[in-house]
Amino acid sequence: MSLAEFFKRRLVSSELEEQINRIGKPIGSLGYDPWGYNNDTLKIGYAITREIYEKYFRVEVDGIDRIPAEGPVLIIANHSGQLPIDGLLIGFALASRKDRPRIPRAMIERFFPTVPYLGNLLNQFGGVLGDPVNCAKILANDEAVIVFPEGIRGSGKLYRDRYQLKRFGNGFMHLAMKYNATVVPVGVVGCEETIPALANIKPLARLLGLPYFPLAAPVVLPAKVHICVGEPMFFDNDDIPEEQVTARVELVKAAVGEMIKKGLNQRKRIF
Amino acid sequence: MPASKRPQILVTGAAGTLAQEVINQLRETCDIVAVDFREQVWLGDDIPSYCIDFNKRVFEDLFRRFHFDGVIHLGRIMSSQETRLQRYNANVLGTHKLMDLSHKYGVGRLMILSTYHVYGAMPFNPALIDEEAPLKAAGLTMDLVDSVELENLANIYLWRYPDLNITILRPCNIVGPGVRNAISTLLSGERAPVLAGFSPMMQFIHIDDMADAIVRAWQRKKKGIYNVAPDDWVAYQRALELCGCQQVPIPSIPPILPRTILRLLNLKRFPPYLMDFFKYPVIIDGRHFAKEFGFRPKRTLDDIFHYYRENKHPV
Repeated sequence: MSLAEFFKRRLVSSELEEQINRIGKPIGSLGYDPWGYNNDTLKIGYAITREIYEKYFRVEVDGIDRIPAEGPVLIIANHSGQLPIDGLLIGFALASRKDRPRIPRAMIERFFPTVPYLGNLLNQFGGVLGDPVNCAKILANDEAVIVFPEGIRGSGKLYRDRYQLKRFGNGFMHLAMKYNATVVPVGVVGCEETIPALANIKPLARLLGLPYFPLAAPVVLPAKVHICVGEPMFFDNDDIPEEQVTARVELVKAAVGEMIKKGLNQRKRIF
Repeated sequence: MPASKRPQILVTGAAGTLAQEVINQLRETCDIVAVDFREQVWLGDDIPSYCIDFNKRVFEDLFRRFHFDGVIHLGRIMSSQETRLQRYNANVLGTHKLMDLSHKYGVGRLMILSTYHVYGAMPFNPALIDEEAPLKAAGLTMDLVDSVELENLANIYLWRYPDLNITILRPCNIVGPGVRNAISTLLSGERAPVLAGFSPMMQFIHIDDMADAIVRAWQRKKKGIYNVAPDDWVAYQRALELCGCQQVPIPSIPPILPRTILRLLNLKRFPPYLMDFFKYPVIIDGRHFAKEFGFRPKRTLDDIFHYYRENKHPV
């Protein structure tokens, strides 16, 4: 019996199995899709994430039903906390919502595919290498994608810069326009406090081939996480100059900023 | 129909299972001449069969004698076979000669079998690679230069001589009964090496389906470059599991370690220069071909793996 089967038997109830199967995903005959998503591994991941989501981070979600249940969707959120925990929590929030859940994909950093075990595992949970071609094909497949336009600028943020949005790339807007995807701004509050980093040890990061190496306690703190989902935004596919695309990106960035503010107001205490 | 009206086709690589499948499908309607540089194979009294090196002058005599209407070039040396130089001579220089002769003797249809290896395996590959994606293999390893060069040459002929009606097919892993390439050898073995922690997505096409694809492409005169792959995917280690192969993990980091180990082992079925194909996914998008030629593979991944599982211990 493989490790995956062992975990599946221990963690995945038949009820959960049915729940995930019901959501449905465009997969091949053996449960995989072209990006490495695997239905069986996802079930195990879902069961583990549920514990972390409900008991460790005690996530509170606001407005998750605003994410459309069908068609291409880009979920645009702020990135923080050194590890992609925010992506995991948003993904779970959407996959576990009562009304018409979806299993979104998350665009992941370019160095993950080179990391043994972890790279494959992220792929199996729905993580996809953050390449515009990948995102385009997934949107063409009518799927929902979680994108952090700040990229490593956001996740590698230091504690002193918490909740300050870094520059947003324009790539997501071009894709949203081309594939007529709904843009949903999301603010995540709490992940900044999970791994507060005091400094970035650049030489060590370079040595290890990592995008950054935070000077932080080697634990993930149980901060309470608030996820606030904003109103969906729609953008037409007019032939507009890059300047106007940037202006549209700024609109989305402002909406994400609003959601962060809302989350911070809702938050009563950090832990 | 009188015999003279039947199209006359040259099929290269006749000693291979794929070519023989194609010949079997076409022999009812076409007159076939079979060629292989490895050996002379007997394919029945109606099919003249030769063992000729394309780079030799006698090769031209075949064109003089038979007046081919079409050429199906399946006689590519696979990436895992022979040496780099031999592959270059046969695949690049040999194919060049073949295309030159095809042009000189007015061949109206030329099909060339390439491989998905031309895209190269690297961590930043997106999935569902389109035909117009850059061919990175030559930049990643010298051992795949011949594959990319072959395509470049074919491309030049494709545009310079439109009358040749060149179609280049880039299939994913061809597997099934009789296939002797690296991946098929791996799947049919008792044990197969894996790079610890890496199980890239892969695509497999059954040899009968591939033969169907070639015959379909032959029947419709549409030139161009096409990926050929089914809409189904599986991770390498899961495929091994389903084929009943025991996995032998090779330490994967730092990258120099597996490369050194593989060089020392020098396994034909797992050459060090193809190592990255077992580390990073190279998933191609075959939808363009499927749509243009109305192609739909008939054998599932289950059928394929069932064959390997059941034939572990041949009687």
